[in-house]
Amino acid sequence: MQQQKLLSSRSLIVVAVLLAALALLPTMASRYYIYLVALMMVTGLLATSLNMVLGFGGMYQFNHAVFYGAGAYAAALLTVRGGFNPWWGYLLGPVMAAALSLLMGIICVRLSKLYFGMLQISLGSLVWAVVFRWYSFTGGDDGMHGVPSPRLIGSIDGAYYFVLIVTVVCLALMYLIVNSPFGRVFQSIRDNPERAEAIGVNVHLHQLIGLVIAGFFGGVAGTLFVTVEGSVFPDMLFWTLSLEIIIMCLLGGWFTFLGPMLGAGIVVSLRAVVGIYTDYWTMVLGIILMLLIFFLPEGVLGFFTARLGCGRAAGEGD
Amino acid sequence: MDLASHITLAALGQQLLVGLSRTTILFIVSSGLSLILGVLRIPNVSHGSLYMIGAFVTYSVATLIGGQTGFWVALAAAPVVVGLFSLAVERGIFCHLYEREHLMLLLFTFSLMLVLGDLVKLIWGSDYRSLSAPPMLQGSFSLAGMPFPRYNLFLLMIGPLVALGLWALTNKTKIGKIARAAAVDREMVAAMGINVSWVFAFVFCLGCLMAGLGGALVAPTQNITQGMDHTIIMEAFLIVIIGGLGNMWGALLGAAIFGITDSIGILVWPQFAIVFPYVAVTIVLIFRPKGLLKSTW
Repeated sequence: MQQQKLLSSRSLIVVAVLLAALALLPTMASRYYIYLVALMMVTGLLATSLNMVLGFGGMYQFNHAVFYGAGAYAAALLTVRGGFNPWWGYLLGPVMAAALSLLMGIICVRLSKLYFGMLQISLGSLVWAVVFRWYSFTGGDDGMHGVPSPRLIGSIDGAYYFVLIVTVVCLALMYLIVNSPFGRVFQSIRDNPERAEAIGVNVHLHQLIGLVIAGFFGGVAGTLFVTVEGSVFPDMLFWTLSLEIIIMCLLGGWFTFLGPMLGAGIVVSLRAVVGIYTDYWTMVLGIILMLLIFFLPEGVLGFFTARLGCGRAAGEGD
Repeated sequence: MDLASHITLAALGQQLLVGLSRTTILFIVSSGLSLILGVLRIPNVSHGSLYMIGAFVTYSVATLIGGQTGFWVALAAAPVVVGLFSLAVERGIFCHLYEREHLMLLLFTFSLMLVLGDLVKLIWGSDYRSLSAPPMLQGSFSLAGMPFPRYNLFLLMIGPLVALGLWALTNKTKIGKIARAAAVDREMVAAMGINVSWVFAFVFCLGCLMAGLGGALVAPTQNITQGMDHTIIMEAFLIVIIGGLGNMWGALLGAAIFGITDSIGILVWPQFAIVFPYVAVTIVLIFRPKGLLKSTW
């Protein structure tokens, strides 16, 4: 493995420009666009958190939406049913998602690939079914609406800046994790689990830690969704969303760090733009994805980085 | 909550029969899925959409023709329509994708599910439809003092017939034997001078036809709606996994576990009935992660 700087100066400039644009957005754009960009960041954080285990760990995490929903529901339930200050909800939501991820991980981690994914889906469906039916506690299929947020971030601008700051901090943390010694070992497990095992790496322990990290950041995304939307509903935990997040990672390219962010941006904006013209936006999305898988299996960002050679991907596999 | 007081032996027996007729539908759909997984190695997420299309086609054909004959014609037409449609999809798209890894195929068929879901909305609108059973299967009869719907009895008779037919097709006919051989060693079968591509097309078509049949049979028992594809495909996948990938008897066993725990759940704790099958599946997977019966993978 060659030594390289954490960020090349070129990508540092791109990131700085992007951040400045995002920070100035509320002064220029209308309410709707602020909301849309906030939603993109939340979804992007969710997709990036999945990619920690999917792209960098090579694990078929098929129920990632469950941790998104767990974080959101935990935050909403603590605030509405528990009467806690919303800040406590934001703090404990991700912790609960991580705890759930740990529990599921302990059960699933000894399996591999498709079997791992299916047991994950089964456990995820279990959580979804409970949330979906427990009317007196979770609000059942209606979900919960009008979840209060702290006064500081009560306005749309406030919520936007909160989302921006938390997203940037979480992305930075995840970037550091991916490039830490742990992250390197984690990626070597993806590339060759047998060899990693042979040189003395505790494969299952690393995978379990990876799952907990991914679950935690998925939970953060869930609590951010509550800030933006003020509501939670059981579809947030449903398996179709889980697969949609995988699609976002694929769309952006799952061997790149920012690929899932891009993929999430594409899906969210596609939904918003195509949704204006037609009710059948999922059909449009489906067709685009089918074409993509057919012709560009390495993803949009992966495709361009491979073709144009602009910057080495953060967690390149061979 | 008072859980046990209303459970009598008769009620338990009745729910068991309801669960077994639910098993029939689940078995028919998941055996098709299992067949495709076992031979073609495609985790076909769009299988549930074909089931939904089967149900909608049944509704349309049955109401178009009307009466007793309408239902029977629809019951035959729906699987054929779905089968032909899937044949076109296989020849047009899937036959180019066999070499891709499972995750890509899964995502591809998921995208197809999104497209088909909207296609159904485009053709049939987003209202739900309901279809009544043909007159001779309407109403119920008394079984040990408890009413039992005639249509469920019909399902209970269809189930073993389908299982037997499928077993005969895969074990007693030449094409069935070739298909099973292709599942084990594709190259070897091709080396014998057999066009494996068409064998795969046949198996895919047959598997999807089962989805269409399942949709046709379920049509009179529930509302035909958008979203029925999402529920069934998850159930079918879990059934196939707990039974053992590609194993038809495994699909039957898995469907029975799923159907019976669901119906017993309705009796024991109606509010959380849908949780029961997932608990059962999770327990099975914890102890037998590769399924109860031998997988062909």
